Amino acid sequence: MTASTVTSFPEPGNRRGTGNVAVALLLPIALVNAVGFIWPILNLAGLSVREALPGGGISENFTAVNWAGLLGDSFYIDLIVNSLVVSLTITLLTLLVSYPIALYLHRATGAWKSFLTVLVISPLLTSAVVRTYGWIALLSDTGPVVKAMTALGIPVPRLMFNTTGVVIGLTEILMPYMILALMAGFGRLDPRVEEAASTLGARPFAVFRRVVLPLTAPGIALGCLLCFVLAVSSFITPKLMGGGRVFLLATEIYDQAIVTLNWPLAATLSVLVLVIFGAALVLYSRAMRLLEQV
Amino acid sequence: MENHQTSLPMKVLVAVLFLFLLAPVLLVFPISFSGEQILSFPPESWSFRWYAALVNNSEMMSAFTTSLGLALVVTVLSLAIGIPAAYAIVRLKVAGSQIWYNLFTAPLLLPTIVLGLAILIIFASTGLLGTFTGLVIGHLVVTLPYALRVLAVSLGNLELACEEAASSLGAKPLTVVRRVTLPMMAPGIVATAVLAFLVSFDEVVITMFLAGPRLTTLPVALFHHVESQADPLVASVSVLLVLLTLAIVLIIDRTLGLTRTFVK
Repeated sequence: MTASTVTSFPEPGNRRGTGNVAVALLLPIALVNAVGFIWPILNLAGLSVREALPGGGISENFTAVNWAGLLGDSFYIDLIVNSLVVSLTITLLTLLVSYPIALYLHRATGAWKSFLTVLVISPLLTSAVVRTYGWIALLSDTGPVVKAMTALGIPVPRLMFNTTGVVIGLTEILMPYMILALMAGFGRLDPRVEEAASTLGARPFAVFRRVVLPLTAPGIALGCLLCFVLAVSSFITPKLMGGGRVFLLATEIYDQAIVTLNWPLAATLSVLVLVIFGAALVLYSRAMRLLEQV
Repeated sequence: MENHQTSLPMKVLVAVLFLFLLAPVLLVFPISFSGEQILSFPPESWSFRWYAALVNNSEMMSAFTTSLGLALVVTVLSLAIGIPAAYAIVRLKVAGSQIWYNLFTAPLLLPTIVLGLAILIIFASTGLLGTFTGLVIGHLVVTLPYALRVLAVSLGNLELACEEAASSLGAKPLTVVRRVTLPMMAPGIVATAVLAFLVSFDEVVITMFLAGPRLTTLPVALFHHVESQADPLVASVSVLLVLLTLAIVLIIDRTLGLTRTFVK
């Protein structure tokens, strides 16, 4: 940004020169965007239709071998199904443990509400590595959970280095996102409506099912979309808590890229993740349209 | 609204769920004072040995220095690139400004695992892999969308009246930007700086793809350490990370007010 381009700002009412100044002002961000986003992503999409040659090379010709290999290999079919099932389980569990907190926060007022909101946001400011380490400490054989269960004589299932550990860890890590999304969608929930329902004789559960749940459905849909998408693409927690025994899409992308050095396959898996993102988004907008009709 | 009383079971449930949410972070503090060789809780003895081990761990210390330097450079560049971009989009209303805005914030829609891989493949052929410059660009890809969002909101909320008054009183356009617009944007600029710093300092996945054996950041070094041995050293590093974040958030709260900065 040179002085001459900046001083040529137009006077009010004089739009001449605005174009050049704007181009100069947008050039740096456009450069970063092009080098760090557009070019890499287009290149990645292109790689998914090219073949990895022995010795780490990449073919020039377009081919569908990656896609055929992916969808014809039972290991990858299992991997994809497993990723989807684990992500859906995590989404559902996150919703169950986040909903009461979000409802409570929605009803809280004043300083107490601000304090609790800060508590909900604070884990977001903490590295996922630190929080996953916290879970390893909690669930390991020498941790408090196993010690307490052993002391109480409860048979201890394996909590770590398997899918259970990944699900527990990710559920907690995604909770703040779910709580914030739920609260954003709780706007229509007015305590007076609940009051009216119970005054008219509805039991607490009926109030919840017939009044609270329908009114909070948009928040639920948004939170589930966000958490599902984050779960499918999460890498840190599955890698650390899975102990190399849990195979999910994101961990496989990393392994193919860094360990096996099969970039075309890693690129294909990445495109697959983006396709799943798109499908989730379509489902979400369908759900929202249905909710609006109710 | 005192008409809404929460039942006791609901309160207990919420308390238990809050414990679930905060337990992993809270547990890290006592573990960092463990006197044991391996990770266990509650530990048999207490000590500062893992803080001493951290200071003597040259790998972690150099990763910390790298992280700090990287986050500072990325923060300064995010502001230097983000402010002009926000000005061009919000104030100059360039042709297709909504399209530009969407394009420049689009990287946030992609998972970092996909972005990291995509950038790795490009950088591998351009020699940027494992370099400080490469890490700066990689981090800017994720900090700039945040910066643009916060700055555009901050600029959009400003009344045009002051800027118009200044220029009708004869201030040159650059003077208006320097003496009126930028000072009025100060809260947004501080919020952007904090966000960019925290995002860069905490970034793991993209960094993992772009870092080299000689140049790594603290979160990545921590990740690889946990992968091989989850000993209490990780806890002492974690405590420092949490305290650093807390210090930054507190400084912002004292100077600007957290709610005013982040909750619009």
